[in-house]
Amino acid sequence: MSFDHNTKVLVVDDYKTMTRIIRNLLKQIDMNDSDEASDGHEALAKLRAGNFGLVISDWNMQPMTGLDLLREVRADARLKHLPFIMVTAESKTENVVAAKQAGVSNYIVKPFNAETLREKIAKVMVHA
Amino acid sequence: MHMHLNATVGSLMAELDALSRIIADARLEVAALRADDGDAPDIPAATDELAAIVSHTAQATHEILDSCESLSAVSGKLGQEYAQPLDTAITRIYEACSFQDITGQRIAKVVAALQAVERRIAGARQGMLTRPVVVVPPPPATPAAPESLLNGPQMPGAGISQSAIDALFD
Repeated sequence: MSFDHNTKVLVVDDYKTMTRIIRNLLKQIDMNDSDEASDGHEALAKLRAGNFGLVISDWNMQPMTGLDLLREVRADARLKHLPFIMVTAESKTENVVAAKQAGVSNYIVKPFNAETLREKIAKVMVHA
Repeated sequence: MHMHLNATVGSLMAELDALSRIIADARLEVAALRADDGDAPDIPAATDELAAIVSHTAQATHEILDSCESLSAVSGKLGQEYAQPLDTAITRIYEACSFQDITGQRIAKVVAALQAVERRIAGARQGMLTRPVVVVPPPPATPAAPESLLNGPQMPGAGISQSAIDALFD
């Protein structure tokens, strides 16, 4: 599956190490246009101000969790169709089900590899 | 009959007296406990040590990432023959570095558990000093807010697999 590698990606995680890893992995798959946010509120502000084509978000953040961010995005008329991938260590079935019900586009469990990231991005971008 | 009863009551009173002394001694010992005593479980120090582990591994991970980014810059100047295997190796290092996030979350769960134990010990100690001995059932564990679903990383094999998740999205 091919997709537009020029898509601007917002990476949301309160672990600076993780945002750095994901942004570098994006570069490894030729997606060089990315920005980051360290919590849900900052992410929402950036999404509303910028022209992003994809969100990759952690779940476990405070005070706004990734699930809360997803719900805010889906409730926003301008952002509701934005592809949203949850990348998280939360691997209970109830988490995946809750995210799917909230409208997540795909779900990656940490730890993951670059190929899984590329594959999920391709899948959600094709359907976007 | 009367003498036998007196002997039984006397014996019972002696048992109760001994039991009372044991409880009193135990209360004094628990009350004397301090979490930062050298011979008591050193929970505050343990949580500090765990926090230091997270901090040091984060620092080390950032240094590894610095080196990878330098190598990526070099890779861009190499021919495909050398750049490809180098990029593959760099990608593997990035993937491996995500260990820091997982271990950090696991350690945070351990720290929270230790802090809960610490609070219970402090509460018991305070209770021993100020209240009569009453057997009170422990309060139910405070469940996480159901909406947050913050369960953290699961033990290997306990969570849903990526392939099972993929099946939900296909």
